[in-house]
Amino acid sequence: MNVSDTALLLARWQFAFTVSFHIMFPAISIGLASFLAVLEGLWLKTGKVVYKELFFFWSKIFAVGFGMGVVSGVVMSYEFGTNWSGFSAFAGSVTGPLLAFEVMTAFFLEAGFLGIMLFGWTRVGPKAHFFATLMVATGTLISTFWILSSNSWMQTPQGYEVIGGRIVPVDWLKIVFNPSFPYRLVHMALAAFIVAAMLVGACAAWHLLRGRRDAGIRKSFSMALWMILVVVPIQIAAGDAHGLNTREHQPAKIAAIEGLWETEHGGTSLNLVGWPDMENETTHFAIKVPHLGSLILTHSWNGEIQGLKSFPREDRPNSTIVFWSFRIMVGMGLLMLLLALLGLLLRRNAQLYEARWFQRFVLLMGPSGLIALLAGWITTEAGRQPWVVYGVMRTRDAVSTSLTVDQVGTSLMIFIMVYFLVFGTGIYYMLKLMAKGPDLPRDEAEGSSGDTGRGRDRFDHRPLSRPTDPIDE
Amino acid sequence: MHIDLPVIWAAIIGFGVFLYVMLDGFDLGIGLIFPFFDREGEREVMLNTVAPVWDGNETWMVLGGACLYAVFPVAYSVLLPATYLPIIAMLCGLIFRGVAFEIRAKARRTQHLWDLAFIAGSGVATFAQGVILGSLLQGIDVRDGKFVGGPFDWFSPFNLFTGIGLLLTYATLGCGWLLMKTEGELQRRMAVLMRPLTLCLAAAVGIVSIWTLLGQPGVAARWLTMPNLLFFLPVPVLVLACVIGILTSVRRGADRAPFLLTLAIVFLGYSGLLISIFPNIIPPSLSIWEASAPRSSQVFTLVGAAIVIPIILSYTVLAYWVFRGKVRHGDEGYH
Ligand code: HDD
Ligand code: HEM
Ligand code: HEM
Repeated sequence: MNVSDTALLLARWQFAFTVSFHIMFPAISIGLASFLAVLEGLWLKTGKVVYKELFFFWSKIFAVGFGMGVVSGVVMSYEFGTNWSGFSAFAGSVTGPLLAFEVMTAFFLEAGFLGIMLFGWTRVGPKAHFFATLMVATGTLISTFWILSSNSWMQTPQGYEVIGGRIVPVDWLKIVFNPSFPYRLVHMALAAFIVAAMLVGACAAWHLLRGRRDAGIRKSFSMALWMILVVVPIQIAAGDAHGLNTREHQPAKIAAIEGLWETEHGGTSLNLVGWPDMENETTHFAIKVPHLGSLILTHSWNGEIQGLKSFPREDRPNSTIVFWSFRIMVGMGLLMLLLALLGLLLRRNAQLYEARWFQRFVLLMGPSGLIALLAGWITTEAGRQPWVVYGVMRTRDAVSTSLTVDQVGTSLMIFIMVYFLVFGTGIYYMLKLMAKGPDLPRDEAEGSSGDTGRGRDRFDHRPLSRPTDPIDE
Repeated sequence: MHIDLPVIWAAIIGFGVFLYVMLDGFDLGIGLIFPFFDREGEREVMLNTVAPVWDGNETWMVLGGACLYAVFPVAYSVLLPATYLPIIAMLCGLIFRGVAFEIRAKARRTQHLWDLAFIAGSGVATFAQGVILGSLLQGIDVRDGKFVGGPFDWFSPFNLFTGIGLLLTYATLGCGWLLMKTEGELQRRMAVLMRPLTLCLAAAVGIVSIWTLLGQPGVAARWLTMPNLLFFLPVPVLVLACVIGILTSVRRGADRAPFLLTLAIVFLGYSGLLISIFPNIIPPSLSIWEASAPRSSQVFTLVGAAIVIPIILSYTVLAYWVFRGKVRHGDEGYH
């Protein structure tokens, strides 16, 4: 029995659609969880009420994002079985245990301590509460570890044998720590921190633009900008190293990213922009910089990069997509760097909270982290095509043999409707919460006169259940 | 010494799925009996009894799915395509319900819509799980380790009935849970609801059992031959005893007994299911050994499970302990 091309295409669309929604929420959860841990730690250390206010404020937003991350993730783990049972039966012996480890070491940790973090404020002491927050933050990072190990193994598989038409794991250390894993792990974890920092910064910028100047707003603007200043340069260096690694293990992907058709001897030029054409095997409107390709991808003047034509047609990823998704990601990264440097400059001139143009820029860049994140994943995943396990299993063999066009078509339509409805409203609520901003420290005097805020239990312990301020009116 | 890994794994997954049914059972059940409670503040209290723990409860389902995928990939890649649409329905139900948890309490103008999302989400997810359970009991067409049936094989009267059966199971669990966690007027109304729910549940368990025995000669042969019959006879007898126990304890105004006895019924029904299908993982023909992943996958995951699952259990107990006791309207700790 053969699955029709339409069913395959729809299954791919469904995967791309559901995972793209999913990944946005984890990125926010991972970044905000660590931010919350830092806020609570600072509060315990300094006793300043402003940190507690910020903690409560961001934990409400975190709770909504986390909830959506959980339910969209559950969809992903079952989609492997419904649409991609060929893949599950063939490679489940490797990706399954990795996912099982993620559930056991990460998901339970997050879920188990989330309740205490969000609702347990009056039921446990401040130290125990801080411990719960730390466990949630740690859980999100452990989760990143396992799922990226799994994904990286699909990109650069090793440590296995194919026996009887199935993958048999041989060396688990080699599987978990496969060649692209360290790069991808670092790059993705940093991406999550950047996503959260851009959101926190944009939220503060919005309130600064509307005239608020209280400590909570200034503090979060400043914290976000420091974070971006530190992390973005590291991210660019990590991305560069990641590219070198990809050139070694997936040369076809690099050729597609660069829109490079011929193998240029004695120094490869770089296409800054252009329109790769898969049919005619050329890149239209290319603006080239000689030797730059070699310089970036081999760190040498004359380094050679294989062109797409040296790979059989049926083994080439779609260059048009990855060429542009890659440039969007890098473009966002460079804009962030600019933002961080401008912020530093303004800070030195004590203009940080006054320069309205800069605040507008930060506000506008709010979604840039998410855009770069999605663009990066599209580069990675579309660049792996036509393989699902690189060089081992083609995507077309991964699909469930019993899949019909009606089934995937219907479920895709249902998912699109449900996702836009439910996650659309959820995102709208998150934005509303951000627009409301943290509570004004009504009793700042009290706060500075030695009150640590620890005794003040009448804060909303349940981030979303304070009936006094509905978000839909 | 040869260790039969598939059997160990079947036991672990069986345990995980039971915990799931027990824990998410009562919190889905709360959504199912939501429609009966609409007085000022009642729904808040009901939700607050599970708000801190629902995510952890649902994670047991994710564990069941992931372990099935890891150690019995063949079963995973057969069961999911075979029950494609119920799975999609369940996922969508869980999406609505999970997001309603987070947003309902914060909404005012649209609160009734989120109530509806919570009720319908719980209902759809539970019913779909029941249909999946029914399909498994009824058997799935497998050839060469692949699902070869049609897209609507799951659609049968028996499976629709197990869907209803599971709705009743979870509703009873939810009602029992709330009897334990609430007090005063709300608790009194739970007690009123508990009686008809228990009777319906008992009837559903009876019908599913008889239907299975009539429809599945293999299962009938296992239960109704000597000496098996003597071993298995206690199962239905104990179910009956639990039903009577629930009814009398509700009348006496007991707090905990109804919930614990409902759990006992669920446990008995579940063990009845396992007796009926073991050692198959996908009846009628795919056994746990045929469905297994390579030994190295099972060993690797088992090492992790042996270390981590006890830790998970201990902090799960801790979380329930932190939130122990009755939940009241306007309760400080939850607002
Ligand atoms: C870089 C991180 C990352 C990536 C690439 C993915 N996830 Fe995810 N996932 C998380 C990081 C995460 C998280 C941070 O751990 C989440 C997000 C919010 C949350 O609640 O946990 C989560 C939630 C989450 C859940 C719900 C967990 C629960 O019940 O608590 C499941 C089942 C999955 N994910 C499964 C997947 C699958 C099958 C993916 C691949 C296609 C995937 N995730 C990609
Ligand atoms: C979380 C961020 C991710 C995003 C945004 C993403 C995006 C995508 C996209 C766009 C495709 C389709 C490529 C194409 O068909 O041209 C795809 C394919 C795929 N990805 Fe990912 N992916 C992510 C993570 C993962 C992870 C962590 C895994 C595995 C553990 C994974 C497994 C797969 C599989 C099995 C396919 C094959 C199906 C297909 O080709 O459509 N993905 N992904
Ligand atoms: C500006 C410099 C950057 C460079 C040179 C760079 C480089 C790369 C490369 C080469 C890949 C493809 C990996 C593969 O071959 O599969 C990649 C993927 C990715 N990028 Fe970037 N990147 C940069 C900035 C960013 C930023 C700012 C973000 C997000 C905030 C980001 C997020 C991602 C993600 C999520 C992926 C997919 C996951 C992965 O493979 O790690 N990148 N990046």
